[in-house]
Amino acid sequence: MEMIYPETWWGFMLMYLAVFAGGGLLCAIAQLLIVKTKLTPARILVIFLVAGVILQTVGAYEPLLNIFHSGIAVPIVGFGAALAKGSINAAMQYGVFGAFAGGLIQTAFGVGAAVVASYLVTLLFNAKSK
Amino acid sequence: MTESWKTKEIIARNERYGKYVDSVTPQTSLFHSLLKAFVIGGITCVIGELIGDGLAFIMPTVSEEMIATYTSMILVSVAILFTGLGFYDVIARHGGAGSFLPITGFANAMSSAALEYKSEGLIFGTSVKMFTVVGPVVVNGVVWSTVAGIVRLIVFMIWGV
Repeated sequence: MEMIYPETWWGFMLMYLAVFAGGGLLCAIAQLLIVKTKLTPARILVIFLVAGVILQTVGAYEPLLNIFHSGIAVPIVGFGAALAKGSINAAMQYGVFGAFAGGLIQTAFGVGAAVVASYLVTLLFNAKSK
Repeated sequence: MTESWKTKEIIARNERYGKYVDSVTPQTSLFHSLLKAFVIGGITCVIGELIGDGLAFIMPTVSEEMIATYTSMILVSVAILFTGLGFYDVIARHGGAGSFLPITGFANAMSSAALEYKSEGLIFGTSVKMFTVVGPVVVNGVVWSTVAGIVRLIVFMIWGV
């Protein structure tokens, strides 16, 4: 990641403002899709995920990441971009078969943590009555 | 005669019921829901950035990529713990897309499905239902990232970029 913000306190503030605005804007767009269209949350998640995959594939994700940092990496767009990055890197390293594995390898830390943590939480807690 | 009377009665009842539903459905303005999604989504991303910057500060030798990985692991684990404790429901009630679009929403969807079906057992309940909500994300993620890898490999073989 390139540091495009000046290394002063106001550069730091500016970066955090970009994180907040970028992440907020993506979520507001998703909310607008929920309210104004019949799209379900699951479809919207897939749309933003595939958007991340496309951005990474055409090379537009890195410049956006330099500007928005976590503002684009924390929304599901960042997950899509990470999948595509892993797949592209593995395809370059292992050839065409690498493309099948790379996405899972790149995101395995997060998904593994999510599965194990979900399992542990299920053992420890009971569902809250609605 | 009695048929049409019954039909009228049913129509009138349906209208009354429709009005009742409208009266009890909370009225949310579009602007309000967009603002809430913006703020809650924005705050989640700022928390992610704070965790990442904090980790980079205490572990300066670790690569940027691993810092990002650890950050998402922490975000996911905290969101799942919050789901278990019942805090995440409170965020989700207000946040709308602001609570499900970030990676914390992915974690919440997974753990709440796992938790909800605990009563059906750990294998047929929790283990089966864990991916009911996030399954589409994982499946589409794997499929489209594979396409991305192959496309970029072809581009590399033809144009060398």
